[in-house]
Amino acid sequence: MLCHRIIPCLDCDLAFPEGRVVKGIEFKQIKYAGIPWQLAEKYYKDGADEIVFLDITASHERRETMSHVIAKTSENVFVPLTAGGGIRNIEDARKVFHAGADKISINTAAIKHPIIVNKLARYFGSQACVVAIDAKRRYVTEPEEADDKIIVETPDGLCWFECSIYGGREFTGLDAIRWAMEVEERGAGEILLTSMNKDGSKEGYDIPLTKAINDRVSIPVIASGGCGTSEHISEVFQKTRVSAALAASIFHYGTYSIKEVKEFLATKEIAIRPR
Amino acid sequence: MGNIKSVCNALKYLGAKPVIAKSPADVKGEKIIIPGVGAFGKGMDNLKPFIPRIRETLTSSIPLLGICLGLEMFFEGSEESPRTKGLELMKGKVVRVRTKLRLPHIGWNSLEIRKKACPLFQDIDNGHMYFVHSYQALPEEDLVAATTNYGCKINASVWKENIFGTQFHPEKSGPLGLQILKNFLEL
Repeated sequence: MLCHRIIPCLDCDLAFPEGRVVKGIEFKQIKYAGIPWQLAEKYYKDGADEIVFLDITASHERRETMSHVIAKTSENVFVPLTAGGGIRNIEDARKVFHAGADKISINTAAIKHPIIVNKLARYFGSQACVVAIDAKRRYVTEPEEADDKIIVETPDGLCWFECSIYGGREFTGLDAIRWAMEVEERGAGEILLTSMNKDGSKEGYDIPLTKAINDRVSIPVIASGGCGTSEHISEVFQKTRVSAALAASIFHYGTYSIKEVKEFLATKEIAIRPR
Repeated sequence: MGNIKSVCNALKYLGAKPVIAKSPADVKGEKIIIPGVGAFGKGMDNLKPFIPRIRETLTSSIPLLGICLGLEMFFEGSEESPRTKGLELMKGKVVRVRTKLRLPHIGWNSLEIRKKACPLFQDIDNGHMYFVHSYQALPEEDLVAATTNYGCKINASVWKENIFGTQFHPEKSGPLGLQILKNFLEL
């Protein structure tokens, strides 16, 4: 039986030598958590099923540094590695694959030029092509106000979800649910779905968002944004049946270790990979 | 393109000195590994210049390990590329996984070891391995060393004399995957 995956995410500021892992709150207020490849190795030893690196400096000059981080990590870490942030074309992707990444994750480039999803899937295989979606709730009082959008019921009212690009700095008007279905058709192998409302809140994943997308696509969905406790992870698996849960700060600041989270999930009879 | 780098990293971590064969003359090590991600036809095309040399080494009992596509290429052919012949080191065809679940089969799945005597699985007690594939080999039953379940039975490993194959990726399967590679290196 296939296991649910627990994925620590390292948001990397590569303006520092060797890079720094940082964590923002609602995509702002930055705190420092460590050096990327060192944290990655610690999480690997602790039972991480996969590791995601996101370049949040995302300017062109840093690209070699992300390759360096991946290359250094892959010498000592033997689980799948995903690199994302600022990948704009096949050449950028090729560099991180060459450094040892197993998958790349794209958001902004995919929304600006959707054909890149088809190209990446064709060149490197769907399994290597993750589309990241940063979604924010847009509440509506009357569903008719947004009749071209997919409206979802949440405990806080009806809303649709808008895609954001450039690490949350720009909104696109694009419906995140429709976009998820489109990227699957274009050949994406996986969706890394982050709730901008929940990110950094530690109040749990955005269940209505996660369920709305997971129910409409057949590729694996990784839930992200809002994880503060082990219960949040068991909740997202039980209520939405997503394939994987991503978390950052609970691991970075030692609230829980990956091992503790997995032990907890095992008591809830959720299939996980023991160490 | 593929996982050659990851396999080399894992081998180096285990203290081995892997050489990536650029020409048939480079195929002269104590062990041979054929890794592989991608389509069957393309894989066989890339392998073509090396085939005579690989056959030669096999007759001198050098152990061979095929990973994922590498394993698939051991067989007679694949539904993925019907016009391409495989290495025919083992009898049987490679077919698309017949399951109601989502394909590709991606992620960590539990291994059921069928052949405890298989040297690859010494000190491995039915752990989890990382799979990424849509096709699987259907060999003769007595060549199946391990299986997994994904809405159907999947052959996860094959073994015939000095030829070993894993459908999963030991180089991406954590400490247990490394143990499998270590067992291969120690043959």
